[in-house]
Amino acid sequence: MEWETVIGLEIHAQLATRSKIFSGSSTAFGAAPNTQANLVDLGYPGVLPVLNHEAVRMAVRFGLATGGTVARRSVFARKNYFYPDLPKGYQISQYELPVVQSGSLEIVLEDGTLKRVGITRAHLEEDAGKSLHEDFHGLSGIDLNRAGTPLLEIVSEPDMRSAKEAVAYMKKIHTLVRYLEICDGNMQEGSFRCDANVSVRPKGRKEFGTRAEIKNLNSFRFVERAINYEVGRQIDLIEGGGKVMQETRLYDPDRGETRSMRSKEEANDYRYFPDPDLLPLVIDEALIEAVRATLPELPDEKAARFVADHGLSAYDAGVLTASRELAGYYESVVTDLGGQHKLSANWVMGELSGALNRDGLEVAQSRVAAPTLAGLLARIGDDTISGKIAKEVFEAMWAEGKGADEIIDARGLRKITDTSAIEKAIDDVMAKSPQQLADYRSGKDKLFGFFVGQVMKATQGKANPAQLNELLKRKLSG
Amino acid sequence: MSLHTLTVAELAAGLRARRFSSLDLTLHFLGRIERLAPALNAFVTVTADHALADARAADELLARGEGGPLTGVPIAHKDIFCTDGVLTTCGSRMLSNFVAPYDATVVERWKASGTVLLGKTNMDEFAMGSSNETSWYGPVRNPWDPVRVPGGSSGGSAAAVAACLAPAASGTDTGGSIRQPAALTNLTGLKPTYGRVSRYGMIAFASSLDQAGVLTRSAEDAALFLTAMAGFDPRDSTSVDAPVPDYLAELSRPLKGLRVGVIREFFDKGLDVRVSQLVQDAIEALRAEGATVREVSLPALPLSVPTYYVVAPAECSSNLSRFDGVRFGHRCEAPRDLLDLYKRSRGEGFGDEVKRRIMTGTYVLSAGYYDAYYLKAQQVRQVIAADFARAFRDVDVVIGPTAPTPAFELGSKTSDPITMYLNDIYTIGANLAGLPAISVPCGFVQEGGRDLPVGLQLVGPHFAESLLLSVSHQYQQLTDWHRRLPEGYA
Amino acid sequence: MSLTRAQVEGIAHLARLEISEAQLPVYVDRLSRIIDFVEQLSAADTGGVAPMAHPLADQAQRLRPDVVTETDRHEKYQQNAAAVAAGLYLVPKVID
Repeated sequence: MEWETVIGLEIHAQLATRSKIFSGSSTAFGAAPNTQANLVDLGYPGVLPVLNHEAVRMAVRFGLATGGTVARRSVFARKNYFYPDLPKGYQISQYELPVVQSGSLEIVLEDGTLKRVGITRAHLEEDAGKSLHEDFHGLSGIDLNRAGTPLLEIVSEPDMRSAKEAVAYMKKIHTLVRYLEICDGNMQEGSFRCDANVSVRPKGRKEFGTRAEIKNLNSFRFVERAINYEVGRQIDLIEGGGKVMQETRLYDPDRGETRSMRSKEEANDYRYFPDPDLLPLVIDEALIEAVRATLPELPDEKAARFVADHGLSAYDAGVLTASRELAGYYESVVTDLGGQHKLSANWVMGELSGALNRDGLEVAQSRVAAPTLAGLLARIGDDTISGKIAKEVFEAMWAEGKGADEIIDARGLRKITDTSAIEKAIDDVMAKSPQQLADYRSGKDKLFGFFVGQVMKATQGKANPAQLNELLKRKLSG
Repeated sequence: MSLHTLTVAELAAGLRARRFSSLDLTLHFLGRIERLAPALNAFVTVTADHALADARAADELLARGEGGPLTGVPIAHKDIFCTDGVLTTCGSRMLSNFVAPYDATVVERWKASGTVLLGKTNMDEFAMGSSNETSWYGPVRNPWDPVRVPGGSSGGSAAAVAACLAPAASGTDTGGSIRQPAALTNLTGLKPTYGRVSRYGMIAFASSLDQAGVLTRSAEDAALFLTAMAGFDPRDSTSVDAPVPDYLAELSRPLKGLRVGVIREFFDKGLDVRVSQLVQDAIEALRAEGATVREVSLPALPLSVPTYYVVAPAECSSNLSRFDGVRFGHRCEAPRDLLDLYKRSRGEGFGDEVKRRIMTGTYVLSAGYYDAYYLKAQQVRQVIAADFARAFRDVDVVIGPTAPTPAFELGSKTSDPITMYLNDIYTIGANLAGLPAISVPCGFVQEGGRDLPVGLQLVGPHFAESLLLSVSHQYQQLTDWHRRLPEGYA
Repeated sequence: MSLTRAQVEGIAHLARLEISEAQLPVYVDRLSRIIDFVEQLSAADTGGVAPMAHPLADQAQRLRPDVVTETDRHEKYQQNAAAVAAGLYLVPKVID
């Protein structure tokens, strides 16, 4: 039996507003428990919600950037259920009339082809607080700082057919929301969370199989592993004569498996109805056009431009544009150098990204700024140092916070272009290696490389390769 | 004339003329409350210290010749309004330990006008009731006859003002909870247009129906308080940003030329014939002053009670979910687990009527029933609103009785919820359509050896409070029903 | 329309309300009467009528500026809570 996997993702992106969606409390991460929870967030008797303008603008941004339809009129609805991190006993969300309807994204598959993934809808809602399960003598502690933070829930069509496609889509959304500056995408802090709806069906069948929902996946790696495990679990289950239950599951990264969420197993009747404390959200042309005017160049547009105007490969353009900051850094370097696109791309994707990852830094926190890197690359271009030496210089620049020239001079790393110095080094090597010299002169041409290596070693890599080659050829020939 | 028999307008004039001080007034009312309130059970909390402090502050303003029309006037707030630092119970065990950490907008605005807080009045639990018999703090009694109910849910406010324990009190009206008690206690009770007064700080029952208002002894007094409380509040998304007229200035508009519509559907078989007669007399009095009277039909109006008893419970079932023992309010002893915490805290904290309405609401919103009940009710609501709108094309106000009977005996309608619900039959329509409405005294019937008050109800188009107040005021120049006081309280 | 005991138990659970064994039949009776009463609505002619979203038909939701206006008042607010430790509200253990 050949099986097909069907995946839809629901992504919750915390919107990067300063204040909460329905109250004026701060959304800043990491505050002491319940110090950012006011009466509205706490669901006190008599309080009422008032909608944050910026949350609406951010939702519209997303809708426009994904080619979605921005609803001229959308409605907030109450989703009713009891849980300690949900102070009012209901979450204010959107149900029948969300702020963004339809839209799509293109993802690049492993074989390089493009695939369109549909977006069913995106809607605004408030986040819940947090339960801390550390023991307070058998009790849990509830922190409501997060309660009321604005979320944009982005629901995809069930268009993905593999875990890899799902991850590619998730990464694309992740990149996009950061480009749009509507979400910081910080998965460790919980600003970007993913639920995966997974089902299987025999290949060729039109109807969908029963799906299970895997909740709260907060890394790309986990999404891939959880989906793969779940697919395997469902197939084994069906092939063993069982049926997949429509249920909510959690991924256990330590065990590498998904398991059913015991406490939420009973079907929840959310009793959605329009929230009578909020009036319909009306979005007019003026607001839409005002937001449209602020849209940045989107990742796909930027990547296409890098390919067309800079001659980069699609792959390289994709890597560079995965982060708006990285792309910006690259462009800044290229602007300073007035070109050198491939060299710049390699260094930004290579040494720079490597150093950032190693030290756990964001592009904005780079210890080598773009103009400074450009300065280093210029020294490769003008032949002051070799590419190999440049890597050493870069490490020093990163560690010491100095510019290229300062390091080069301090360490005496300039390429030796003084031919007499090179000649001397060659003479020394020839003198020290009589056997190899004799062998070379009797026909063993391959030994040329040996001499190059020895001279480079003797000059600590600083010999100008072109000059070295020429001089060595002359001298070795006799 | 005793101070407590004066209207607010008269008290304000006396305060400004320095014939008496706010402290004099306050001490006088506090004394009366101490003597007379317990028998009526009108108050949950008496805020004597607050009152004296408020009074002294008001007197200082008055001495400097400052202050406004309400400076120094003692009042009471229905215990549904959050009052900072003061117990706010909503008539429920669930909030019997709840000291509100903030003031409702209505409280803020009356305070800013210089009023003096005497205390928080008793009410039907979470505003659910028409007789003030569901309160955790016990039933309230009608000063006109202590074996009878004062109406509800603002029964405590009504009893307090009717018994001259406070010159005025705030109330809330979701299905008639200001107007019906006003009718049963010989008061003027005003429910403004939905959105006219902020709901911020008013503990929510049914969000799309609730509105804050006032119970007073005259339309002029109601105009004073409406001026103080009306107006846009950025903290309430359903608050309307529209200018607040000078309600006092318009009071003297003559009745001549007023087009009155008598609601045919209100004069049905459920209406007490004596009440009907008094209402007809009142209509005649208006006609004699030059109003034109015609019959109007609001055919969907008879469905207003079942509509209300779908919409209001649905909204309250959700509004009351926040009462779970976690952050405030009643919490059960030694909860075994989370489920037990919720079930027992809420089971113990809420009375039967509240639990019934929560369950009704939960049912009508639940999967499979939403379309048949909630959606349908909201459609019927639209039809009712359209009926009113159509009537207002031909008339300026519509008129009818406020309640089908005068005050009934305690315990006489508590066995069948529907019997109790039908008390609101004439008042609910205005809430469903969001329209302003007022009840004014229009006479008495004799029963059980007592004189029992009857109320006349006027409903106007959106934001027609000025018109309602001026018609009421003119009527109160022609009649003196509203000046009568219950025996033993004058 | 009569509600069954099981239905009423289900509703009580959804609403997190404890109803005692003794009380249950009373609730079944009263709730059945109420549902019966509101059944009248089904006969109403509402063809083509949009459900009322708000009594104020032409009002739209106001948007407030994205500004932090609140300060930390948790100590005042937590005076109302029955069980608090280290600034957290305490509840019986939440099992996921």
